[in-house]
Amino acid sequence: MHKEAAIREPLILGHKTYSDITEDVCRPIEGKAPRAWYIMFGISLLVGLYGIGCILYLLGTGIGTWGLNKTVEWAWDITNFVWWVGIGHAGTLISAVLLLFRQRWRMAINRSAEAMTIFAVFMAGLFPLIHMGRLWVGYWVLPIPNQFGSLWVNFNSPLLWDVFAISTYLTVSVVFWYIGLIPDFATIRDRAKGALSKKMYGILSFGWSGRAKHWNRFELVSLVLAGLATPLVFSVHSIVSFDFATSVIPGWHTTIFPPYFVAGAVFSGFAMVQTLLLILRKGMKLEAYIHTKHVEYMNIVIMVTGSIVGVAYLTELFISWYSGVEYESYAFINRATGPYWWAYWSMMTFNVISPQLMWFKKLRRSLLFTFFISIVVNIGMWFERFVIIVTSIHQDYLPSSWSMFYPTWTDIGVFIGTIGIFFAFYLAFARYFPVLAIAELKTIVKISGESYKNGTAPGHDDHGGDDHSGGSAAVVEAPKAEEAAPVVEEKVEEAKEEISEEEKSKRVSSLIEKLGAGNAENKDDLKKISGVGPKLEETLNQIGIYSYEQVSKMTDNEYDLLDSITGTFPGRAKRDDWAGQAKELMNK
Amino acid sequence: MADRVIYATYDDDHTCLEGAKKLVAEGVHITDVFSPFPIHGIDPVIGVKHTRLGIVAMMFAVTGLMLAVIGFRYFMIADWPMNIGGKPNWTLLENYPSFVPISFEFTVLFAAHGMALTYFLRNKTLPGMPADNPYPRNTDDRFTMEIRLSDNHGMTSDELHAKIKQTAIVEIEEKDYVEIK
Repeated sequence: MHKEAAIREPLILGHKTYSDITEDVCRPIEGKAPRAWYIMFGISLLVGLYGIGCILYLLGTGIGTWGLNKTVEWAWDITNFVWWVGIGHAGTLISAVLLLFRQRWRMAINRSAEAMTIFAVFMAGLFPLIHMGRLWVGYWVLPIPNQFGSLWVNFNSPLLWDVFAISTYLTVSVVFWYIGLIPDFATIRDRAKGALSKKMYGILSFGWSGRAKHWNRFELVSLVLAGLATPLVFSVHSIVSFDFATSVIPGWHTTIFPPYFVAGAVFSGFAMVQTLLLILRKGMKLEAYIHTKHVEYMNIVIMVTGSIVGVAYLTELFISWYSGVEYESYAFINRATGPYWWAYWSMMTFNVISPQLMWFKKLRRSLLFTFFISIVVNIGMWFERFVIIVTSIHQDYLPSSWSMFYPTWTDIGVFIGTIGIFFAFYLAFARYFPVLAIAELKTIVKISGESYKNGTAPGHDDHGGDDHSGGSAAVVEAPKAEEAAPVVEEKVEEAKEEISEEEKSKRVSSLIEKLGAGNAENKDDLKKISGVGPKLEETLNQIGIYSYEQVSKMTDNEYDLLDSITGTFPGRAKRDDWAGQAKELMNK
Repeated sequence: MADRVIYATYDDDHTCLEGAKKLVAEGVHITDVFSPFPIHGIDPVIGVKHTRLGIVAMMFAVTGLMLAVIGFRYFMIADWPMNIGGKPNWTLLENYPSFVPISFEFTVLFAAHGMALTYFLRNKTLPGMPADNPYPRNTDDRFTMEIRLSDNHGMTSDELHAKIKQTAIVEIEEKDYVEIK
């Protein structure tokens, strides 16, 4: 089996068997929801309903209920849209980009991050629809034959590209997420006790049975979808930035927008993932799967993307001066010193300074601090969009039309409402869906699980340690007498060898402990040590000895251990002085 | 005579893979393996060919791209060219830079959904389909081989049992084969 370097921190803490993983993820779904869940869900639902009320009022009365005016014709609506789309970028980044890079830590967080993505994109999609004012003719954004002559949508416009980008992104994310969910729904279905839940999860799981061919297809489909979703993530926010960048408004038409928006999206998306996961892991007792290391990895992503955003802000400032275009310069001077200076400087503080604190290991490994920063970043990124949109247009070419934007209660209600709906969706997800990718975690537990890495895991053949004998008994009872099926509960013979297997693995791990773990990637040619042939080299590699450095640390004690494991050529290693030879080879 | 099937269950992916190797080496044909997660390396052992869904995705991608091109060529070039700031709009090629984003999005849309749909149909995993894993724990921590007697004509049931018991099984059961889907 594939081995991971010993210095990497384990991704799953403690000792977890396959059924422990199933148990840990399914328990919160099968049990009763805690009071805190009902309280949070109730509040979110109320806020969400208030938001829906505001939207209905808006649709019934008109866009005039928002605080927009002739000069500031885009404000909170598009700010919220871009903010939500940005948040919706982390999930697919985690599940697609990190899948292509084979980052195993993604497996603990991808499911919930993708759920967050989908719900965030729902909220984002709402804003362009309602800001058109007449939701019932929303289908006009699609190129469909119509009664108005040859009136097609404009394929040259970034606003139309947005329609295609967002709808593609949403549907592909849903499919990607759901394909991963199916095997886990099957796990819940096969454990379900109640008739209703068995039926519901039976439908949701699509009749998944875990055949080898299906897994083969599953892995390819996941990989191809990841390959498709990766450029999609980048394209979506690039296209959102085109909404501004292809215009001629000073402060908007900058070529830096696409990369800067994508970095900002990842930045805010990861911040939201942190906010949600830090609560989720605590509430659902998943600390063994989502622990400090995961938080640290995500904080590093926040730090890097936050720095990119910071560089982009400064570049914008510099270019606005360097371009020599006075309107462009004015737009930026007005941002920093005009009536919206407070928005600009909160954006600068929250987005540029706060992620820099993550350079300190202590801070980026502190959960409380991370939670605080994640909220700060979320607020900062909202201000970023507000600054870009409102401050660029509120003082235009004609001073007589300069104005300010003041949100009305409908503006506020719609925004707060989407936060409520988002959390209601997310809480419902956490209650009824497997929040961790059960099947995927099982594939990494033996590679990245703590007990397997430090050798404290009991041998796999140890049936005595299996605390789920209840389930196993059920399987034995299953066949009916009339099937005439001879049930053989066979404990495999050769118990003696089993013990020696276990003993052997114990010896191997104690040997590796003394010599230090090796790595197949930087293996040395052990055949250069006289007395080691290709066969013996293979045996040594199997044990985990790859480098001269490891061999050089061997003493009489280790020679004996090695002999007892391999059982070949006793005393030979010592006679040939492998350690001495290895030391010489190392210094060559 | 109805087909009989032997279900041999393992409690570890590694022992299951080793068992499969051993059995196949002895000439046993393993029809299928049910597992809670993909067992890497078992496909060539039991003769599962690599899936061709990647090619399907490519075909859908090309279809999507072609549809997109046909679509915006008709809307924007043939039927009603739009004059936007005097930018060239008389041929598809001259106007193409504006169409790059939609070409890409439509390609991805078709490739992803076409492949996903094919995947569901080929797997016969659709809403409401019955599951056919022999034991509920196959989605938890049990790895079960399905060995059909009709696939192993050279061997009797007893011979197969003897061979299977040589591997590190935890349970073995023989019953009539019922095709669920």
